[in-house]
Amino acid sequence: MTFVNWLKRNLVVIAGLATLGYLLLPNVIVTVFSFNKPKGRFNYEWQQFSTDAWQHPCGVAGMCGSLSLSLQIAVWATIGATVLGTMIAFALVRYRFRARGAINSLIFLPMAMPEVVMAASLLTLFLNLGAQLGFYTILIAHIMFCLSFVVTAVKARVMSMDPRLEQAAQDLYAGPVQTFLRVTLPIAAPGIAAGALLAFALSFDDFIITNFNAGSTVTFPMFVWGSAQRGTPVQINVIGTAMFLVAVLFVLASMVIGNRKGRQKA
Amino acid sequence: MAAVTEAPPLAPAPEKKPPRKRGRFTPYWLLLPGILWLLIFFAAPMIYQASTSVQTGSLEEGYKVTWHFATYWDALSSYWPQFLRSVFYAASATVLCLLLGYPLAYLIAFRAGRWRNLIMILVIAPFFTSFLIRTLAWKTILADNGPVVHTLNSLHILSLTDWLGWTAGDRVLATPLAVVCGLTYNFLPFMILPLYTSLERIDGRLHEAAGDLYAKPFTTFRKVTFPLSMPGVVSGTLLTFIPAAGDYVNAELLGSTDTRMVGNVIQAQFLRVLDYPTAAALSFILMAAILLMVTFYIRRSGTEDLV
Repeated sequence: MTFVNWLKRNLVVIAGLATLGYLLLPNVIVTVFSFNKPKGRFNYEWQQFSTDAWQHPCGVAGMCGSLSLSLQIAVWATIGATVLGTMIAFALVRYRFRARGAINSLIFLPMAMPEVVMAASLLTLFLNLGAQLGFYTILIAHIMFCLSFVVTAVKARVMSMDPRLEQAAQDLYAGPVQTFLRVTLPIAAPGIAAGALLAFALSFDDFIITNFNAGSTVTFPMFVWGSAQRGTPVQINVIGTAMFLVAVLFVLASMVIGNRKGRQKA
Repeated sequence: MAAVTEAPPLAPAPEKKPPRKRGRFTPYWLLLPGILWLLIFFAAPMIYQASTSVQTGSLEEGYKVTWHFATYWDALSSYWPQFLRSVFYAASATVLCLLLGYPLAYLIAFRAGRWRNLIMILVIAPFFTSFLIRTLAWKTILADNGPVVHTLNSLHILSLTDWLGWTAGDRVLATPLAVVCGLTYNFLPFMILPLYTSLERIDGRLHEAAGDLYAKPFTTFRKVTFPLSMPGVVSGTLLTFIPAAGDYVNAELLGSTDTRMVGNVIQAQFLRVLDYPTAAALSFILMAAILLMVTFYIRRSGTEDLV
């Protein structure tokens, strides 16, 4: 009876942890199979333990090139989307102007549109204009779909800001530029950082829109896609695992620093 | 997310931020570059696409607008199975995401205690590995002689799903079940995060109050928690359904030719067959269908201030 009661009380916890397992299982597989030594061209079946791929992460033709291309695009797309998105977010929160509703829907729609639709229509535009598909068309597309996410992230932060902080700065004879740089920007920074991180992750991992608008340029997701047809090198798993570890360490480090700062303030 | 350090509030703000009027044109200058970007690379392409869908011609001779609406009819009559499949797969994945995601969101919001941040990181962490690599991992998990298929087989679940048409020939890969499983996996975090956000806002004292009024835990959930989490359910459903309906990655990697979705068709028409009018018409229909469904759904569930 007590066991049944315990089960009843903790059913949610068990179900939740099961879901967490479902979410994490593929990452476990990716990590384990980065130590595999596959027999054929595909890395789907476990054969034997080997650290070959970790020793030669760039041992596959074209992979590291595609990785560095993806990183470059992600960095530029993040910068572009963060600058444009932050400007829009400030305008939306701080000013009254015409056509606010239309602008809000223009920002919401890209998030509510299936990627295929945006990808296909953007390709129609580029084809009609006779644009050369490649680095710049990918970058244009990435800035476009990251923009809305940055606006949303920054807007949330700026909205929760107390406007009186800026008024106080002005009362203390700070000019508009000084107020913005010394008061507004530091307070909005976490929102801007969140938006930038989101943009980076979205751009780096984007496949569908990139696949339509890349021409013969190959980004890392496109390399993985191609390898699913030609044969999956173990190095893909090495990159996947390494990215996972770096990101988790990064998040943990930022949490530890955040906690320490919080404690200093208290 | 929860660990964002907040500046201490000064005092309750007197009124809701009065938009200041400093420089009449400042907002327009701030908006101009970003909005232009969206107009040129998001809105204009939609119009181009609409125009392409009513053009006729060939790659060699070029295309002309001839208001050839028959393209829509042809596209629908040849590809309606893929459309139906997309809606069905996306709907199944959304329901599964809700069923799987709700307990986890609830766990993070109310039961995780000091583990909350860690679980939160674990929910987001998979995003940091390319989703294509993670989707390929499902090929290993669902492999024909793998443990999952073995277990399902020995429990005779596969014969049941075979009978329902979800799987075929005692395997899971290359069947609808594999595609739905992949879709569910890929979009689950998009369900969990909004659910968590709305659950976390619920005042814990409401639960106590319900308990004080002799509501059983399940009644409390049904009458208090779930209705209050509706905004999260609505936005989670949309965030899962929309991308799932347009997805072609899972159908391609985990499915077979019998599980092709509308995204696969659009991709093939655009990038391989090079039949631009048909592709544009299909993509336009998908967009219209999703916008209609979304509008209807938001009306019905009554959360219009979703954005």
